[in-house]
Amino acid sequence: MLLAGCSGSGGGGEAAATIRIGEFASLTGKEATFGTSSHEGTVLAIEELNAAGGLLGKQLELVYEDNRSTPGESLTIAKKLINNDKVVAILGEVASGRSLEVAPFAQQSRIPQISPSSTNPDVTKIGDYIFRVCFIDPFQGKLLSNFAQGTLKAKKIAIFSDVAAPYSVGLAKYFREAWVAGGGEVVSEVKYTGGDKDFKAQLTVIKNAKPDAIMVPGYYTDAGLIVAQARQLGISVPLFGGDGWEAPELIQIAGAENLVGTYYSTHFSPTSTDPLAQKFVTAYKARYNGKVPDAMAALGYDSVLVLADAIKRAGTTDGQKLRDAIAATKDFPGATGLTTLDANRDASKPAVIITVKDGKFEYVETITP
Amino acid sequence: MSELLQQLINGLALGAIYALIALGYTMVYGVLRFINFAHSDVFMIGAFAGYFLARVVPGGSIGAGIVILIGAMAVCALLGVVIEKLAYRPLRGRSTLTVLITAIGVSLLLQNVGQRIFGANPRSFPSIFPVHQFHFGGIVLSSTQILVFVVTLVLLFLLRYIVLHTRIGTAMRALSFNPTAASLVGINNDRVISFTFALGSALAAAGGILYASNYPSIDPLMGTLPGMKAFVAAVLGGIGNIAGAAVGGLVLGMVETTVVGFGGSTYRDAVAFAVLILILLLRPEGLLGKRTAEKV
Repeated sequence: MLLAGCSGSGGGGEAAATIRIGEFASLTGKEATFGTSSHEGTVLAIEELNAAGGLLGKQLELVYEDNRSTPGESLTIAKKLINNDKVVAILGEVASGRSLEVAPFAQQSRIPQISPSSTNPDVTKIGDYIFRVCFIDPFQGKLLSNFAQGTLKAKKIAIFSDVAAPYSVGLAKYFREAWVAGGGEVVSEVKYTGGDKDFKAQLTVIKNAKPDAIMVPGYYTDAGLIVAQARQLGISVPLFGGDGWEAPELIQIAGAENLVGTYYSTHFSPTSTDPLAQKFVTAYKARYNGKVPDAMAALGYDSVLVLADAIKRAGTTDGQKLRDAIAATKDFPGATGLTTLDANRDASKPAVIITVKDGKFEYVETITP
Repeated sequence: MSELLQQLINGLALGAIYALIALGYTMVYGVLRFINFAHSDVFMIGAFAGYFLARVVPGGSIGAGIVILIGAMAVCALLGVVIEKLAYRPLRGRSTLTVLITAIGVSLLLQNVGQRIFGANPRSFPSIFPVHQFHFGGIVLSSTQILVFVVTLVLLFLLRYIVLHTRIGTAMRALSFNPTAASLVGINNDRVISFTFALGSALAAAGGILYASNYPSIDPLMGTLPGMKAFVAAVLGGIGNIAGAAVGGLVLGMVETTVVGFGGSTYRDAVAFAVLILILLLRPEGLLGKRTAEKV
């Protein structure tokens, strides 16, 4: 880690030779894949900014630590980052639970915290120093409703949600509200418990309700089995879900041929045609031996860019002024599209729809709010 | 009508797998009078054995499928024998409670070693048997469902044959009736018990492979819930009774499917365990169990 070269200087690192940015991430443990992707995006952005001359005439320095995907570690890390390392802002985390651990302390210390990809609405409710650069579930529900209406041209929808996952329950609720408000009809609403393996009974009920499309707002392990069993029962209508579907394992579990005509919404697609997205994909591949970036990497990257943009506009790294500058972020172009932070400090931004073709994830379209 | 028939098929296919796992519980109970709670984790190991064997044996044909199935059964039979030797044999003659707690310990050990070795993330199970869908009017039957019925039936009759018509089966029944007397007439109790565990664990492996073929996502904790359900099935049918385990499994599968089909999907597991409580209250010996019932 760092030498305490600037000990005692205080003032948010103002006297330091570099601008220090803190990051806590799940680099090992069960969410290591998400955390590592996000961290790699973060590192890439810092390196690019430094190569371009840094900010306010200083180089950036990323001080990061691993919380091993366990609860209880993140707050200790945050205290160290803020009190000892004098970071000007904190980046983290993917998991909403761990972002929530740190948020009260960041708020109390008046150090802005930017979460790259925690979608739980509660995270930014902690206080006015807490931000995120990803969209949240109420927003995703609305986007999926637009997609079902516009692209799928569906009129009757069946919703099949996981009662054991707050994410799934929330997304189903927000989708239903938007769908019904848009004049759509919900012909069947059935539930399962995350970790179930047999969905044929519920799917038989759905089949007889004859929907135009089926919404499955769960995680990929369950969604994969649901898709496979739906096709086995001869259900040929489209199935779609949210960012919980995003994992390469989805294709292995469901089977490539079963995923024809299924869609999910997410934050970013490496096959997006957007020039900034493509620039990011090229840079990321060059930096990480040809590895293709996922949504977490893109959001990690954008979290740094949004912060850097605010530092530039504020002209200082003082907590209060930096906070105001971040809050004023509007139509900032990043790898995941134009980011605008709304009054709740949540990002309002486009989502991409992905489908599976020939066993590969493929970009379909970008849905704007 | 077609919806009802489809639900019936769904229920029977699910029930047949419960039946297969329940057979293992019932057999060990029949001989040793204790519930082998590690059975559901041997079931998990069976699925993983199939997963790794499928990397060596290219799947997709019936022949390859059978090779993998038998391979996994052999691996688990061996595991069953080892577990019995290391964990249960030193406790022979102690109270059943001691053995029961040890069984729970073995179960936790297998789960955690599994998480350590295989990782906690779910893996997708390859199709080791050819997959087809058969359509009859509005009803769909998949080849994996048919496979479950066939394998369960074959193993059920094979097991019945072994227990009722072979020397080792006779020895098992003798041991079940009175261990001391059995050893007095020259039966090697240790060998018979090892054999019982090998047989029960092989059945668990077959259940694991069939379960994973139907629901192709496997993880080290996959055994817990099906194992509990199979236990309910075994008690429902009359624990210790082979035909009872089969009937219990089928009944439970259909009850669950019916509950879900009528919109109570959240109560699926609750109903399964409510069935257990009801049976214990009203007919503790199970559907087919009688006080004088033929015990394995």
